[in-house]
Amino acid sequence: MTIAIALAYLVAAVLFILGLKQLSSPKGARNGNFTAALGMVIALGATIPLLHFSRTGITIIAIGVVIGTVVGVFGARMVRMTAIPQMVALFNGVGGGAAALVAVAELLRFGNHPAFNEAFPSVFSIVIGSVSFAGSMVAFAKLQALLTGTPITYPGQQVVNGLLAAAIVGFAIAVLAVASIPFSFIALMVLALILGVAFVLPIGGADMPVVISLLNACTGLAVAASGFTLNNFALIVAGTLVGASGSLLTKLMSDAMGRSLGNVLFGAFGQVQKAATAAAGGQARSVRSASAEDLGTLLAYSQRVIIVPGYGLAVAQAQHAARELADVLEKRGVDVEYAIHPVAGRMPGHMNVLLAEANVPYEQLKEMDQVNDDFKNADVALIVGANDVVNPAARSTPGSPIYGMPILNADQAKNVIFMKRSMRPGFAGIDNELMYGPNTVMFFGDAKDSLTKLVAAVKAA
Amino acid sequence: MNNELLNELTFFVLAIFVGFEVISKVPTILHTPLMSGTNAIHGIILVGAIVIAAGAQTPVEIALGVVAVTLATTNVVGGFVVTDRMLEMFKGRQPARPSTPQETKK
Repeated sequence: MTIAIALAYLVAAVLFILGLKQLSSPKGARNGNFTAALGMVIALGATIPLLHFSRTGITIIAIGVVIGTVVGVFGARMVRMTAIPQMVALFNGVGGGAAALVAVAELLRFGNHPAFNEAFPSVFSIVIGSVSFAGSMVAFAKLQALLTGTPITYPGQQVVNGLLAAAIVGFAIAVLAVASIPFSFIALMVLALILGVAFVLPIGGADMPVVISLLNACTGLAVAASGFTLNNFALIVAGTLVGASGSLLTKLMSDAMGRSLGNVLFGAFGQVQKAATAAAGGQARSVRSASAEDLGTLLAYSQRVIIVPGYGLAVAQAQHAARELADVLEKRGVDVEYAIHPVAGRMPGHMNVLLAEANVPYEQLKEMDQVNDDFKNADVALIVGANDVVNPAARSTPGSPIYGMPILNADQAKNVIFMKRSMRPGFAGIDNELMYGPNTVMFFGDAKDSLTKLVAAVKAA
Repeated sequence: MNNELLNELTFFVLAIFVGFEVISKVPTILHTPLMSGTNAIHGIILVGAIVIAAGAQTPVEIALGVVAVTLATTNVVGGFVVTDRMLEMFKGRQPARPSTPQETKK
């Protein structure tokens, strides 16, 4: 490696660090993304003179870059804002896959008897990269509703996953020690892919952000390991930065949900049965529902209304209708606020992005800690397509999968209007006690239609 | 253990500490964009993919090279673009609209 290239990699590494720093404050976040992208361009540019390209090499690189760019740009620009979390999962998965393939290619090039310090990082990268790829695809499928969001469990699951992990370690040792078996790493790759799927299946859809963040950190480590194999400093530094900051971010995210990481990852084992029976017990009970006119009158003569938006609002693209309702209420002198749970939508910050898109004034968006004491003074808590984030079971039912998650105190409002498409449980797959509360009125229907009806009813009231 | 490996280990360990320090204080609403941003950064594996693709000769090497470059490019480009799209929403916020609830209160 020449000095110029080494210096260029150093500049790239500094830009990545500065980019991450800027990304963690609201002011500089967008610039931070540009800073990191600039670092990427420099690192890529510095790599070109390092290599001797064959004609074939240039062709396949061009093909890959063109396809990847088209897929990346179209995927990222065309996706609806509500589907962004699964796009992140997808982009993370392909990165993990790329890291595993790079390691495979290197391992093949080393031949039959690679030195340990070259073979070990390759094997590490193959395993972690494959787990990350397969896990991210399952996370994508769950968020895209191709797979059910409820945890998929079966008896003895922990044992099976444990055996899978043990088999991977065994094969890894075999590949490292008896490397003369050609293509022995294929078995390793297949096992790691299976483990990736098996690891994410039992985790509920509501916990996917944490899982994606963890897999993101894993991909970072796989990339760093590939860097050791290739003796490339840019890969080592950037991959490790992502691995470390991603691990910390994963912890911060599970902290924001009031849970330990272990509980998020392994909490579903053995707990679903309990929750399932609780849910079954709830089916027989009745709920109150009311007409748009009644609810319009209730809203119009309130002093203070707190809107609790959730994913149902997002999928129905109802953020504009919600703002319209807030506008007509404010014209009548009603105070309107939005209570944003940290994980409202599908990911932390997701709901803020959606409401900002509808030009909801920033000062009406209240974070959970700011707004939670206001609910008892509110006349109406209007829950639009949210469910788990207002479920009192998080406070009161120790067996519940969401027990311990901080929730919005919507149940303390004088009246609760619960807008929902049906009685189906939320993303965490559990019943919500609040729907049966004495102050609660259900208003069934698509969030957008329902809000439009309420707007008309308030205007008429 | 040769010198190069020693250097690499040094970078690795220092980068772990920097990675932890640099995002230690981050507000909840930025968790998703930050995750997405770091996601784009590990797209640096594109450098590795280009390295293996550049000298690819056998059919297996060519296949690995083209798939790895495609996946890695998707990671980099998609990662940065989707992060920018999220952050766009934070920047373009209109100033508070001219509604004055106090005055219209009856």
